[in-house]
Amino acid sequence: MSYAIEAEGIEKTFGGDVRALDGVSFAVEEGTVFGLLGPNGAGKTTAVRILTTILAPDGGRGRVLGHDVVSEAVLVRRLIGLAGQNAAVDPYLTGRENLTMVGRLNRLSHEVVAQRAGELLEQFGLVDAANRPLKTYSGGMRRRLDVAAALVARPPVLFLDEPTTGLDPHSRSDVWGMIEGLVGGGTTVLLTTQYLEEADRLARRVAVVDRGRVIAEGTPEQLKADLGTTVLDVGLADAATAERAAQVLAQTATRAPSVVGSMVELPVDDGPRAAMEVLRLLDRHALSPTVFRLREPSLDDVFLSITGKPTEEGSEDGASPVDVPRTDGKGRRSRRRPGKSRQVSATSPDGGARAR
Amino acid sequence: MTLATSTTKTADFMSPSTGPSSGSRLYWAMADVLTITKRNLIRFRRTPDALFFSTVQPIMFVLLFRYVFGGAVKLGGTLPTGAKLPYVDFLMAGIFAQSISFGGIGTAVGLAEDLQTGLIERFRALPMARFAVLAGRTIADLVRNVFVIVVMTAMGALVGFDFPTGGLAFIAAVALWLVFAYALLWGFAVIGLSASNSETAQVIAFPILFPLLFASPAFVPVYDMPGWLQGFVTHQPLGVLIDATRALMVGGPTASLVGQSLAWIVGMFAVLVPIAVWRYRERS
Ligand SMILES: Nc1ncnc2c1ncn2[C@@H]1O[C@H](COP(=O)(O)OP(=O)(O)OP(=O)(O)O)[C@@H](O)[C@H]1O
Ligand SMILES: [Mg+2]
Repeated sequence: MSYAIEAEGIEKTFGGDVRALDGVSFAVEEGTVFGLLGPNGAGKTTAVRILTTILAPDGGRGRVLGHDVVSEAVLVRRLIGLAGQNAAVDPYLTGRENLTMVGRLNRLSHEVVAQRAGELLEQFGLVDAANRPLKTYSGGMRRRLDVAAALVARPPVLFLDEPTTGLDPHSRSDVWGMIEGLVGGGTTVLLTTQYLEEADRLARRVAVVDRGRVIAEGTPEQLKADLGTTVLDVGLADAATAERAAQVLAQTATRAPSVVGSMVELPVDDGPRAAMEVLRLLDRHALSPTVFRLREPSLDDVFLSITGKPTEEGSEDGASPVDVPRTDGKGRRSRRRPGKSRQVSATSPDGGARAR
Repeated sequence: MTLATSTTKTADFMSPSTGPSSGSRLYWAMADVLTITKRNLIRFRRTPDALFFSTVQPIMFVLLFRYVFGGAVKLGGTLPTGAKLPYVDFLMAGIFAQSISFGGIGTAVGLAEDLQTGLIERFRALPMARFAVLAGRTIADLVRNVFVIVVMTAMGALVGFDFPTGGLAFIAAVALWLVFAYALLWGFAVIGLSASNSETAQVIAFPILFPLLFASPAFVPVYDMPGWLQGFVTHQPLGVLIDATRALMVGGPTASLVGQSLAWIVGMFAVLVPIAVWRYRERS
């Protein structure tokens, strides 16, 4: 099996004491999407910056299509495209001018650049805005142009650092479709994301990164299988009741249930049978559920089960960003806000204030 | 290796990776510089207000010194014609000094901004020549300096400067200023690459510029300054340039002063360019 991207024990320390990467290793098969998943400050961006030759590692090595990212940096730059975490575009240039600039700096001829810019503007639905300065673009349009700029030179290996952050659901699924199309054509994609749903949908393999280490790696299915086959969500009147219910229901779960706000999440093996048992137990203890739902486990649950820390959901559209304050104590579940389909508790202690 | 949508000549995309000869390396490096220069010039065109206001300050200085402070300055010199040196003629070199030194702040702020927005981050992951980011920025800013110099020349003529040494000597003075300006821009690049953000870049630039511009013969003759200060004033780069170009523009011995100016310019290039390149490489 040939790998398009290899990270071997990459280490990076900032300013003497911030250990951003503490020996990160993973390998990405050619022509697949690999998801790098982790909370804020996990080291995802740092890993991407090292693999795209922007930053030199303190230890370990990275390779892109077999070429070392340090000793063969110039060659590697010809093989990669990067859409960084901040849309790295010039707000005073038009969409077309931005694409042209990046194309020329990729050493493409004027004719090829002009043609590629036209193609990409079309592909990303930016034809109407092509000749407007980017500062007149919406956040989503800017983001799309940023991804388009990473594709100008048709790189065989693409790095996308949170490509859909800030996009509406429609634009997000556009970008997803685009990524799937690229992979269909043989491109290798390394994707970092705060949206667990995104990694779940796109990535062949996923590495969960926390505090500069890979804490889990595998296919989304493998990661989910670690947990149990089904998750049973039981909503209760308030957080205190939920804590009590969690104790009562613990015997039905394959591992310790987690309490998120006023919701108890039970990983179970046999969904329908567990559901009957749970209802019986609730009834016996005079607890009445406000929400009762069986669902597939998400990578969100996986993250919770591996780190013992919750992820924090900050968007309104159901996707799930990983966002764990580093200072948060282990197992402090109450910081997680329920997502779209879950009941949002008005007394949620985090009051919607997000760190980012 | 290529995309599903790939319809165009793959060879075109692959050609850069087939080990470029040194000739084509140079060609592409120049193309990179041109691309970045163009990008910065487009920005000037899109922000005409910024361009306009970059001339407003020097224009105000012309008016201020010509009509407010100028009357209080006692000049000793004479013109080649033998007439007493009018203040407006004395002022011209100072105005060029002021326009060029303050004009460079844009370089520092612009680079700091590009670092902040992540644009330079993208440049670093591209197969472009790394020095092109700095070269393209400084060249574009030099073009802006040319524009400001032209405006200030017109302004000078408007308030009574009449080119007493003739057009050729005046052009020589302008040329000297522009070469100096380009060297100075690399110093501003160092500031921009060292500042943590664009506001800081501006804050760092001012205290360096002020003593250079005002402890100089830009607006007042040196002989009224205390002796210890005169040593600094007449030997610091801006002071030397002002004396040299003033001699070119209104008369007086030029050879030694122009020589000293060129020495400063060469020295500044030799020191500032490597520091800027080093800062660019180190900054992450
Ligand atoms: N240039 C830098 N100087 C100092 N510390 C840094 C620098 N870049 C990153 N760090 C630190 O390294 C750690 C990892 O940061 P990184 O940006 O890689 O995280 P991330 O996983 O991308 O987070 P996010 O999801 O917020 O983008 C953080 O603690 C961060 O503060
Ligand atoms: Mg990041």
